[in-house]
Amino acid sequence: MTDLTLNPSGSGSHAGKRPVLNSGFNFLRFKKITEVGIKSIYSHGLRSLLTVLGIVIGVAAVIAMLAVSEGASFEAQQQFRDLGASNILLKSVKPAEVEESSRSGFGPPQAIVYGLTIADITAIRNSIPGISNVISSRIVKKNVWNGGLNMNTDVVGTSVDYPVSRNYNLRAGRFFSESEVRDHANVVVLSEEVAQGLFRIDNPLGKSIRIDSDYYNVVGIMEPEGFSNLGQNQAGSSNSAPSRIFIPFTSSKSRFGETTTRQTAGGVESETVELHEAIIQIDNQDGVIEVGEIIDSILERRHKDIDYAIEVPLALLRQAEESALRDQIVAGAIAGISLLVGGIGIMNIMLASVTERTREIGIRRALGAKRRDIIMQFLIEAVILSGVGGLIGVVLGVAIPFIISAFWGMTTIVTPLAPLLAFSISALIGVIFGIYPSIRAADMDPVEALRHE
Amino acid sequence: MLETNLSMSTNSDSALIAGREVVASLDSIRKTYFMGALAVEVLHGISLDFYQGDYISIMGPSGCGKSTLMNILGCLDQPTEGKYFLGDEDTSKMEDDELSTIRGARLGFIFQSYNLIQQLNVLENIEMPLFYQGYSEADSHEIAMGLAARVGLQDRVDHKPFELSGGQQQRVAIARALAVDPLVILADEPTGNLDSKSGAEILNLFDELHDQGKTLIMVTHSDELAERSQRWVRLRDGLVESDDRLNA
Repeated sequence: MTDLTLNPSGSGSHAGKRPVLNSGFNFLRFKKITEVGIKSIYSHGLRSLLTVLGIVIGVAAVIAMLAVSEGASFEAQQQFRDLGASNILLKSVKPAEVEESSRSGFGPPQAIVYGLTIADITAIRNSIPGISNVISSRIVKKNVWNGGLNMNTDVVGTSVDYPVSRNYNLRAGRFFSESEVRDHANVVVLSEEVAQGLFRIDNPLGKSIRIDSDYYNVVGIMEPEGFSNLGQNQAGSSNSAPSRIFIPFTSSKSRFGETTTRQTAGGVESETVELHEAIIQIDNQDGVIEVGEIIDSILERRHKDIDYAIEVPLALLRQAEESALRDQIVAGAIAGISLLVGGIGIMNIMLASVTERTREIGIRRALGAKRRDIIMQFLIEAVILSGVGGLIGVVLGVAIPFIISAFWGMTTIVTPLAPLLAFSISALIGVIFGIYPSIRAADMDPVEALRHE
Repeated sequence: MLETNLSMSTNSDSALIAGREVVASLDSIRKTYFMGALAVEVLHGISLDFYQGDYISIMGPSGCGKSTLMNILGCLDQPTEGKYFLGDEDTSKMEDDELSTIRGARLGFIFQSYNLIQQLNVLENIEMPLFYQGYSEADSHEIAMGLAARVGLQDRVDHKPFELSGGQQQRVAIARALAVDPLVILADEPTGNLDSKSGAEILNLFDELHDQGKTLIMVTHSDELAERSQRWVRLRDGLVESDDRLNA
């Protein structure tokens, strides 16, 4: 048995050891209480984990939802930005009534005349100052041949500024030049898709392709398109073309003429369209929405039928931004609710913990713990729980958008603000939902608490 | 003031206590509990002086007010009327924070069921009162190690309470009670949960503490336990029935 004789030299050995005065913030006290908190959380591993889960999910949801909605709105806005924020797009549209009459008609094919004209563009240019450029295009659906290979695609007759106006870049070679436009030259710029379709192995640059009976020299290849096919559903083709190829405007007019004839299920259909598309560039982006309205009213006066469409990318961009904001508010509210639920979980578990540790509270109070020591102890525990949950949530919340991007190819953007905000909120929730249980712990009567079984 | 108290203690052998300091003094303590409209007075005016080096057993049948008196002595509860001096401080009108401080600084508690904190090891349990008094980590550690050795548990300092026997746990509690070098050590049925052998070890420790001049106040039912002490206070129905002292 252990020798219980007291060691006389060890008795009353407190001389010289004085309590450190408590002035202001006491780091030692904070550290000790934190250690106690961690120990207690650790000793209830599973319960703590489940408690923390609520906060983890809440924080991860906040970050992931914001990242997804941010990404989606960025994507939408990018599409409109690609169309050009200072552009107005005009398109010819086959009016409904005309289409109807041509279907029911018999006899020789009769050309339907509709759409934008060069005169329209001249009128617009003359009445509105601040138009820096107009890029008019004719779009004709054609079979394009390289030897035995052929593709059905939209042949766009346009001007040299077309790529610049739509932030559309060349991958190889060059776009056709001013002089080639003037000369009605037989040159063509292929899209990536058409280039791959017609030239399986060899480099298309310098080679020729055939449209109808004319050969065109390939001078350039465009990059794959960065924007969706919004704004590409041009008149004159029932389906949007898989891809476009580009020839000088003048060449299109002189080779294909203004009237195009197509074989359809119901017979032969023929239509005359002067311009299929026009991109109007404005000097000052601020006025673009007003200019769009003026153009609309000019065209309304000049056209009997609604055989045109007008699109202002900036207006669509604004709409996209507004709906993105709405999405973010909804996402934020849902995530906020899950954080709130997480907070209630913490409060619940802290209350259980306080009841379970009533006796410990009594012991600590008997041994000199003040009310505020007890409050601190439970509050720190709640903050550790929610803080750890917040940290795990941040890690998950940043990882989830990556996974979404990797597997579904969606654009997601994690702004630095989102994890910061979510983590702060989670820590705050620890404080808010920890306060009540902590006060309850501190308000216990020490005598009652010591008697608690 | 202490002098007056000394000369006025009529129920004790004044020859024996002459020259010893009063460490705790109860003056006409009354305690009433309110249960709804019902008021129950448990203590009807208790006056007692405790001297430096006293080894006291407080005894009496159940319901005599022992526990209530013990809670008041431990500053865990406050009297409804009367004064309680601990050292030279009147605790009867103290705020909660002051009571916490005086409990931590002046009193050592030993409970029947040890009341160690289960998540903490032996050393951390002994250090706890020192922590609340704001001792530095190094000082706490040194004091706690010394006390662990003093109760024969130097080899068990990193054990958790559940890894120890009842007797060992009570020794940890004694070491914890000694940590702040208190004015008075309060023990509530200290051997109540122990077998006779472990109980005897605890009582040996108490004897040694008494020999070193510590003041021990013990509440007990057990005559065997009470035999070891040097002064016996018997309570009955909330009053002091007798106060006897071992004549040297």
